[in-house]
Amino acid sequence: MESCPSVKNVLLLDSEGKRVAVKYYTDDWPSHAAKLAFEKSVFTKTEKTNARTEEIVMFDGYIVVYKFIQDLHFFVTGGDNENELILATVLQGFFDAVDLLLRNNVDKRTALENLDLIFLCLDEIVDRGIVLETEASVIAEKVASHSLDGATSFSEQTISQALATAREHLARSLLK
Amino acid sequence: MAQPLVKKDDDRDDEADYSPFLGIEKGAVLQEARVFNDPQLDARRCSQVITKLLYLLNQGETFTKVEATEVFFAVTKLFQSKDTGLRRMVYLMIKELSPSADEVIIVTSSLMKDMNSKTDMYRANAIRVLCRITDGTLLTQIERYLKQAIVDKNPVVASAALVSGIHLLQTNPEIVKRWSNEVQEAMQSRAALVQFHALALLHQIRQNDRLAVSKLVTSLTRGSVRSPLAQCLLIRYTSQVIRESSTNSQTGERPFFDYLESCLRHKAEMVIFEAARAITELSGVTSRELTPAITVLQLFLSSSKPVLRFAAVRTLNKVAMTHPLAVTNCNIDMESLISDQNRSIATLAITTLLKTGNESSVDRLMKQITNFMADIADEFKIVVVDAIRSLCLKFPLKYRSLMNFLSNILREEGGFEYKKAIVDSIVTLIRDIPDAKESGLFHLCEFIEDCEFTYLSSQILHFLGNEGPKTSDPSKYIRYIYNRVILENATVRASAVSTLAKFGAMVDSLKPRIFVLLRRCLFDTDDEVRDRATLYLKVLGGEVTVGETETDANDFLFGSFDVPLVNLETSLRNYEASEEPFDINSVPKEIKSQPLAEKKAPGKKPTTGLGAPSNGPVSAVDAYERLLSSIPEFAGFGALFKSSAPVELTEAETEYAVNVVKHIYDGHVVFQYNCTNTIPEQLLENVTVFVDASEAEEFAEVASKPLRSLPYDTPGQTFVAFEKPEGGPATGKFSNILKFIVKEVDTSTGEAEDEGVEDEYQLEDLEIVPGDYMRKVPVANFKNAWESMGPENEQVDEYALGVRESLAEAVSAVINILGMQPCEGTEVVPSNSRSHTCLLSGVYIGNVKVLARLSFGISGPKEVAMKLVVRSEDPDVTARIHQIVIES
Repeated sequence: MESCPSVKNVLLLDSEGKRVAVKYYTDDWPSHAAKLAFEKSVFTKTEKTNARTEEIVMFDGYIVVYKFIQDLHFFVTGGDNENELILATVLQGFFDAVDLLLRNNVDKRTALENLDLIFLCLDEIVDRGIVLETEASVIAEKVASHSLDGATSFSEQTISQALATAREHLARSLLK
Repeated sequence: MAQPLVKKDDDRDDEADYSPFLGIEKGAVLQEARVFNDPQLDARRCSQVITKLLYLLNQGETFTKVEATEVFFAVTKLFQSKDTGLRRMVYLMIKELSPSADEVIIVTSSLMKDMNSKTDMYRANAIRVLCRITDGTLLTQIERYLKQAIVDKNPVVASAALVSGIHLLQTNPEIVKRWSNEVQEAMQSRAALVQFHALALLHQIRQNDRLAVSKLVTSLTRGSVRSPLAQCLLIRYTSQVIRESSTNSQTGERPFFDYLESCLRHKAEMVIFEAARAITELSGVTSRELTPAITVLQLFLSSSKPVLRFAAVRTLNKVAMTHPLAVTNCNIDMESLISDQNRSIATLAITTLLKTGNESSVDRLMKQITNFMADIADEFKIVVVDAIRSLCLKFPLKYRSLMNFLSNILREEGGFEYKKAIVDSIVTLIRDIPDAKESGLFHLCEFIEDCEFTYLSSQILHFLGNEGPKTSDPSKYIRYIYNRVILENATVRASAVSTLAKFGAMVDSLKPRIFVLLRRCLFDTDDEVRDRATLYLKVLGGEVTVGETETDANDFLFGSFDVPLVNLETSLRNYEASEEPFDINSVPKEIKSQPLAEKKAPGKKPTTGLGAPSNGPVSAVDAYERLLSSIPEFAGFGALFKSSAPVELTEAETEYAVNVVKHIYDGHVVFQYNCTNTIPEQLLENVTVFVDASEAEEFAEVASKPLRSLPYDTPGQTFVAFEKPEGGPATGKFSNILKFIVKEVDTSTGEAEDEGVEDEYQLEDLEIVPGDYMRKVPVANFKNAWESMGPENEQVDEYALGVRESLAEAVSAVINILGMQPCEGTEVVPSNSRSHTCLLSGVYIGNVKVLARLSFGISGPKEVAMKLVVRSEDPDVTARIHQIVIES
């Protein structure tokens, strides 16, 4: 019995349902075609909603939590026995980490320009289905510190800036 | 599969759809990958190329074996670079390429070097990569480092090692199990996620050792697990322990319940919800245990977060299936969710309300459901349909609006499962609510006019043949049926021919017309259709006699197949073609395994309407009746009045499992003992139950039927019959001893020894209570039934019921004692109400209709009083009902 909370996939699609970056952690969708079919159905089932905050849908025995911003659609999928709030926490972590890494310019274009960060971000959140980290600032820091003097450098200043936004986020959520 | 990444229409508005990957091509990128081989590495450039490669893979592009190998070797060169960003991309790339074993060797040393680097990020990631691509042999080499990493002070490194451990446990359990001490140390970590990963690994290492898991849970539930995720995990393990231990300690408090309850006050919503869900899923959860969980879920219902609302309503929906009363408190919150923007939440809210709602809210609910039925998925629709069926059985008065709703959705688009659910529901309603019959049949006729599912068409035709002739105007169905003969495939045509024949047999006025129609079928292209038509023409025309009289002909047409199909199949297989024709009477009628119907408690909500006739409460009685009348000793007892639900006479998991079904006849009772032998080494023979009826003076044993042999794990039945005074209300207590001859069985050969030993086994006592003489029979309209019964045989009295836990508890206790059917959902007591009226109906032995109106009131110190008004067709029975209440 696998009782450890597990994530089946994390998807980042654009406003037409095309892939920006996706990561599958289980064999539920063995072929590329099956994956695309899943993405298509999850996109069509959710596109009409206005997911400014985390929304949720259940179909085909999966629970999908999602959130949209600009022309980007974020999804996290789990099995139908999964604790919905754990999935939502993963989504929140992913979303906020991307927000920090892209310095609040979350749209498809910026995401594609910094695709390496997005890939690293996916890698730091979930490892083969097991939740690795959910705290956005920690994820962003882990991703950013890798590219310190790399091409897409995240200067020292921007890290503190990022952390400031993280604090701001925290403050905002406390104020709610 | 590999699609060019240039999207043609992207060119139109270039500003909005600009992509750095516009025009990217696999061939070109592979060319670019040559920069990895440059002596002077340009880290920035290399990172970009890797990103491009990852992008291609992510879009579903695939590399050939050669290409992948080339890229892999090129990437390994990049370990020379000191650039951390680039290194991180290299790790990603290696994981993505999942190299083969001989390739792994090339990077092993580089990764092992990184594992021992001073940079934490290197260490963490190198561990994850290496564990991902490694095989068992390499693992022993790096085991030492992994153990160190588990207790590393950097949480990222520790987590990386622990998570890798969880994965490795699947492939190399014996190695990972050796890390137990280190993992336990990591449990003490201050870092939240490390604690979570350590707990997950520790549990997986010990998961096959119940005692160890139980110890783990015991120690951790006392301590403080900080991380919410770890807390959720602990809740799951705790409920697992509860599940496994509850069978042992039947009495007293449930272990660890206090812990689950304390988690309801945790600060993280995730934990609160996990605990609430765990409580609702406890087996045999009591309403007292449920209350705190329901309360927090109710709070979640009005949360501003959709995820929270969804989680809460989904859990409450499940609770409503087993404990509808516990959820009624949330009805007001639930109703506001019907208009929720999120359709999933709205559907769940609706179906929950359908399970818990009362009669007055039905029409309003139906209106709201119709609105969104179109835009939810089939699986949700089936849930709604099932809920509506149960609702209709609960409130038969509302059948009109519910039946209309079902027929409307039957016309809409939908898959087979969905359509089948609707048809099954309509059939159930027709069976249980006589008023709904004509309109229901008509809807089904409409449906088969345009039905794409052969299975459903023939099922409906069969059903129509049984029910249609009994309606006021059978002729109007003929057109629909004959249309099938003209328009459908052979299977449906054959069913239609049989249905026509049934109309012909039952309705004399239609006979000549049926003959005309059947004769036309003689020219059908299909053999089966022609054969059936010929046969029925002869039978109906009296040319061929099936049996002696006309009733025999009807039996032939309508008679259900009383031979178990399994037995028939075996007999037919054994039959060898010879001069002697196959005789169906030679097929044994004894049902070897327990009849299906017994396993289900005959509730009021049959799950299947069509198809298997052994499902559903109505036919459960039929199945028993058939079984009993096949036993010659009991054949003279007359019509079976009622069969009780099986009562367990042994504890769970004992050597022999026995339950009993009480069959009540007018002047007799028959106890059917269903026995199961759970010991593989034993064969029981000549099994009987010795019944001591000294505490049941009015009963006298008249017959018993022993069970010849009871092999391991194959249920069998033995019967004992008693004579009793005609009608009611003889009651009494019976003590039972199971007697049998035990024979040892050699489990390897399955052969039993010749010599057996006599033995006996004490069973629990069994009682005949007044409720056994009452059959639950619903009435469609209580008020009408009450008035038409008239006040001639009415008797009114008031009773004090003493101190009760709650009003609801008192109401359900009285319903149970009387054994009557609550009508119009009046068994549901709204919370906090001080008084309640409950309507009951039933049929008392001797087929006397009884109606009862109970008014309850509760005073401050929980003192409950009841006014009971009984009307029946017989003054003696009325008095007897009052007597039941007085005596208990």
